[in-house]
Amino acid sequence: MNNVEIVYKKSEGLTDKYLSYCPGCTHGIIHKLVAETLVELDLIDRTVGISSVGCSVLNYDFFTCDMQQAAHGRAPAVATGIKRVRPNSIVFTYQGDGDLASIGIAEAIHAAHRGENITIVFVNNAIYGMTGGQMAPTTLIGQKTTTSPNGRDAKTQGLPLKIAEMMATIPGATYIERVSVHNPSHVRKAKKALIKAFSIQMENKGFTLIEFISTCPVNWGMTPKDAVDWAVDNMIPYYPLGVYKDKTAGEEK
Amino acid sequence: MSKVLMKGNEAMALAAIKAGCEAFYGYPITPQNELPEYLSKHMPLYNRVFVQAESEIAAINMVYGAAGAGARVLTSSSSPGIALKQEGISYMAGSELPGVIINVMRGGPGLGGIQPSQADYKQITRGGGNGDYYLYSLAPETLQEAVDLIKESFDIADYFRNPVMIAVDGLIGQMMEPVDLDREVPKWDLKPKTWIADGNTKNRKKNVINSLYLDPQDLEDHNMKLKEKYDEMRANHQRYEFINMENAEIVIIAYGSVSRIARSAIEILSEKGIKCGILRPITIFPYPKKAFSKLPLTVKNLLVVEMSTGQMLDDVIISNERGLPISFFGRVGGIVPEVEEIVEKVLEIVGGEKHE
Amino acid sequence: MISEKVIIAGFGGQGVMLMGQLLSYTATAKDLNTLWFPSYGPETRGGTANCSITISESNVNSPVISTPDSIIIMNKPSLDKFQPKLKSGGHLFLNTSLVKDVVLREDVNVHNVDANDIAIELGNLKVANMVMLGAYLEVTKVFDAESVLKVLKKKFTGSKASLIEINKEALEAGKKAVL
Ligand SMILES: Cc1ncc(C[n+]2csc(CCOP(=O)(O)OP(=O)(O)O)c2C)c(N)n1
Ligand code: SF4
Ligand SMILES: [Mg+2]
Repeated sequence: MNNVEIVYKKSEGLTDKYLSYCPGCTHGIIHKLVAETLVELDLIDRTVGISSVGCSVLNYDFFTCDMQQAAHGRAPAVATGIKRVRPNSIVFTYQGDGDLASIGIAEAIHAAHRGENITIVFVNNAIYGMTGGQMAPTTLIGQKTTTSPNGRDAKTQGLPLKIAEMMATIPGATYIERVSVHNPSHVRKAKKALIKAFSIQMENKGFTLIEFISTCPVNWGMTPKDAVDWAVDNMIPYYPLGVYKDKTAGEEK
Repeated sequence: MSKVLMKGNEAMALAAIKAGCEAFYGYPITPQNELPEYLSKHMPLYNRVFVQAESEIAAINMVYGAAGAGARVLTSSSSPGIALKQEGISYMAGSELPGVIINVMRGGPGLGGIQPSQADYKQITRGGGNGDYYLYSLAPETLQEAVDLIKESFDIADYFRNPVMIAVDGLIGQMMEPVDLDREVPKWDLKPKTWIADGNTKNRKKNVINSLYLDPQDLEDHNMKLKEKYDEMRANHQRYEFINMENAEIVIIAYGSVSRIARSAIEILSEKGIKCGILRPITIFPYPKKAFSKLPLTVKNLLVVEMSTGQMLDDVIISNERGLPISFFGRVGGIVPEVEEIVEKVLEIVGGEKHE
Repeated sequence: MISEKVIIAGFGGQGVMLMGQLLSYTATAKDLNTLWFPSYGPETRGGTANCSITISESNVNSPVISTPDSIIIMNKPSLDKFQPKLKSGGHLFLNTSLVKDVVLREDVNVHNVDANDIAIELGNLKVANMVMLGAYLEVTKVFDAESVLKVLKKKFTGSKASLIEINKEALEAGKKAVL
């Protein structure tokens, strides 16, 4: 068997635990990218990840690095606590849109505001997946959820919150980018964004947040394929991809 | 009226609408999601307010605001969310604002689990937030009772100008039972709300909603005034039910879903020749202390059964005037006690089956 | 006197919850006491789903069923979970399209129903639940299929009304499967 060559294998940053996500959910891809990034940058054995409350709540079992589970929305505060006492450790949070953009918006803003040297992996699937499909701050106008049964109405429920744009306005933030994982080329771009963010943290250059456009086929009531198409056709136009802030731009490589 | 089959969370939501609830503010959490989901659809049909807040802290502070403006207002959540609401609940009690809070309890501490639990008993019955206050707290055992008590609870909150807590567990939230939503419930004698601050001072003096009393004497006076309310609740508004109490030799003390399981247990026990009664607290604050002096003299043993490691147990110890031996059986983590487990525990206490 | 405790279990998507609710709706229509309780939360995500139904002329006490009179088993994991709980002499309804080569208790009445196959023959796999329900009603006689159908007619309105006929056929086919 000497002509067998391994061309692809599961990242060493992930455990053998069965991922608890629904079939076709893009949470899984994002996990893979985070794990690969930490392994490639040789950070996995000096990292603490913070699991937030949402479908990703069980990911303390999925990453091979140290993990701490946080109360709903409080992950950036927990990360701050850790980073301040262990500045040489790499600290990231993994948060959904309900967790970060709703109940935890204050913690997210103030971690950025203080310029905490942490990385936030922000997963925007325009819904509360875990609790069964309620409206999130990022739910699109007209999108039906269990608490916007007639579709989100801007009059009473506001316009969807653009987190990357908003976080970019915070003076303390260093790097903010929005990416998507709907096809291989975007998956590669997303990985680059993570490498950039964790590298900035390694160099002690401050707060980084990568927003992922993600899907929730189950609560959107779609097949995985349709969900990806829906994200491309509806989410990306409202949530354009790209770098929203880069304080390190122009610096010598 | 005829009965309709409804899910607990939805029946409780509809009960609030029937009680004239004008506004709901909440945040999603399992196992109570169907309650806000139902209201998100139905409150607008009645021209009433539904807001999904950004957090439980925000939700309860919206409740505080709306109650101060004189509205009948509701929030609901489950254990971790209720923990977050404690700030606003304390402000409501301090400012003497009515409001109804439904807690569909799940296992804890921390994120815990999502299965049924009664582990918030202490938090509920001791106030929960900072300061010296209590909530009038009702613990229904069936959907019909939940509906009836919720309909009445808005009156009770207005009467005492104090928040009312409806303490149920995930079982009651998730189960379906036939309910009659139009059953008459007691009406309380309510005074007009002259104290509200709704920004309409054309025909009245300015009102202030506040819990700040910097002068210690003022704050003590305020606390004493609050205490009078809690004393009135304790003196005149304890509620409980005695089941199968005549000649009982042992009494199970259980509330909410657990008392239903105890009801099944005593049927089996009676076949085995054991006379077992049930004392079912309906108010958990005020605790039905009075029931303990009315227990028949035949009672030789008490057994407390809870979905906690023994929280109501402390209230039983406090109330046990006759100094009867108290045993305890509890399941936690979302595990519901089984009928057979309770039967076995009772048999263990009374020393086995009795056949003449 | 009616006093029936039944647990229905299967994969999410097999219509397990609806089957149970239909029983409770029918009981309510007949002014009986009833209680339906589901498994809930992430536990049900993609995995197994079950519900417990009690139907009784007297008050329903315990909402949880520790010893069911009947169990309706739609898939293999559910058999492993609920067979041990079934009352001795109780009824076990088995969807033998999916549950094959299994060890069954000898002190219970087993009713084999090829529910998926029958449903596919009728033209819609989704009515496998109704096939099972038809079999259950025929054996236990808790209600006649007609009463369940009446409830279904009330629930299935609008675009769903066209589904009533096939559901009726499914109930009928389930009944025949255990004759
Ligand atoms: C204090 C508190 N409130 C509410 C909840 C219930 N809850 C669990 S997950 C969740 C929302 C998750 O949505 P999101 O962050 O978008 O993650 P997703 O599941 O979509 O990945 C909520 C409200 C909780 N656990 N704690
Ligand atoms: S509920 Fe939605 S977000 Fe959660 S795992 Fe399933 S598909 Fe993914
Ligand atoms: Mg989400």
